[in-house]
Amino acid sequence: MAEDADKINQPYRAPDQVRTEPPPPGYFEGESMTRRKVFTIASQALGGLAGAAIILPAVGFAVAPIFHRGKERWEKIGKVSDFTEDTYRQVVFTETPGIGDIGKQLAYVRQSSKELGEEPGQIVAVSNRCAHLGCPVRFVQAAGNFICPCHGGVYDFQGKRIGGPPVRPLDRFQTRITKGEVEVGPRYSVTSQLKPVRARDPGEFTGGVWEYLYPPRPSTFPPP
Amino acid sequence: MPKLSDLLVPAPLRKTPKPGEAGVPTTPAPQDLKSAPPERPTDLGRTGEKALEAPMEATAWIDQRLAASGFLTGMLFRKVPKGTNWFYTLGSATLFAFIVQAVTGVFLAMFYTPSATQAYSSIAHINNDVFLGQFVHGMHKWGASVMVILIFLHMGRTFFFGAYKYPRELNWVIGVVLLILTMTMAFTGYLLPFDQRSYWASIVGININGTGPIVGPYLSDFLRAGPELGATTLSRFYAIHMLLVPGAIIALIGAHLYLVVKLGTTAPPWTKTGKPRVAEPTSDLDAGVSGNGYHPNGAGATVAGVRVDGHNGGGATA
Repeated sequence: MAEDADKINQPYRAPDQVRTEPPPPGYFEGESMTRRKVFTIASQALGGLAGAAIILPAVGFAVAPIFHRGKERWEKIGKVSDFTEDTYRQVVFTETPGIGDIGKQLAYVRQSSKELGEEPGQIVAVSNRCAHLGCPVRFVQAAGNFICPCHGGVYDFQGKRIGGPPVRPLDRFQTRITKGEVEVGPRYSVTSQLKPVRARDPGEFTGGVWEYLYPPRPSTFPPP
Repeated sequence: MPKLSDLLVPAPLRKTPKPGEAGVPTTPAPQDLKSAPPERPTDLGRTGEKALEAPMEATAWIDQRLAASGFLTGMLFRKVPKGTNWFYTLGSATLFAFIVQAVTGVFLAMFYTPSATQAYSSIAHINNDVFLGQFVHGMHKWGASVMVILIFLHMGRTFFFGAYKYPRELNWVIGVVLLILTMTMAFTGYLLPFDQRSYWASIVGININGTGPIVGPYLSDFLRAGPELGATTLSRFYAIHMLLVPGAIIALIGAHLYLVVKLGTTAPPWTKTGKPRVAEPTSDLDAGVSGNGYHPNGAGATVAGVRVDGHNGGGATA
């Protein structure tokens, strides 16, 4: 049986001379494929098609969030006069509504400081997410530094890294002033020179060649 | 006193008595004579005997249709090498830990709600209100650590005994995949209680994934189902923890065990190679195999942690 099947599966070669034997079963003269082979390939192709019809939508469904950017959201956090130049105020605001506490973010907010050479009349909102692995940092008034409890990352008053394992300064949130009210918007990251770039996850370097090694994600908003 | 089976089973369904049984003469009745209905036996002892036979008959009925007994005896009474010892039970112990996780996990899922706003309170409900809830949750929580520890011990045994070498390399590879899947289970399961520890551990874990160059950022977004850890992250981790990875683990454990039985286990490295004591090796794979069947010596040790030893020439004593 098996030998017969092998014979059938081999392409038929017409002999140069006048054929003395009849063609093997399943072949017609001049054919390059047997029916068996055609049906084998066709049924495998159909099976593959059916498999792809199941797998591809499922994978697409699971992977889609990578390419989806949510709606830009601005949240009022108080009046300009609520914030000062020389220290931070903690502000908790909702980033994603309807999912409880995990939809909230914490920002340290102040007015821009002339002493530090920042553009005047701006509001600076520094994220409390450590640039090392995402633990919550705390602003320590006495030291004037941000300190991370997890692995000892330390940042200066502007959020630039001055010690520990973080790879870049603290992230910031976009801010704007509408009729005297301060609003915070999407998150963005900064380079070591505080130049805004698209939001990166903690642990990812910014600036220079790192912009290519840690490419910006489609799910984040463009920097201001 | 009639037989119990005669009382329960209506006459048309009863087994036709064989010649020589109670009430049936050994010599066949004449053709023209209708056979009399079987006489109801009065012997009380026979009832007990029959009751004892019933499970065997049921097993035989099933085996006639499955033909599984050959496979089972082949697996349970397979030859194991001389010198097989306690270290060889680590694999079964890992399997047992997995079974504990699977069973307790199914029952935890009956009370757990994978929702960002309700997950924490549903776990609190399991721990505080549900009967034995804290116990079952504890089994699942501590069992997870036990499984990870056992899987590493099992891996160490395989490595130090050289059991990963030809022809068992593929089983080593399957084992490594199982290790990765187990770590995936540990990682995704950690988020589910949704307390501060779970939350921050998952944040850190996802961000560690994200530090891989080029693909890292996208991997983080895939795990979180978006740029921030949120409600969909929890459902995603729950689905991976509940459905995706357990299925893969069960399938791979099947392949792992198949290869263990098919290829056999290795003797410990300190076992002297010599002439096998019972069977001549039929191939390279059988070299070093000696006379002990896996069951009951090995099976007893692996199932109950009790070693039935030495009555057939000494497993661990060799």
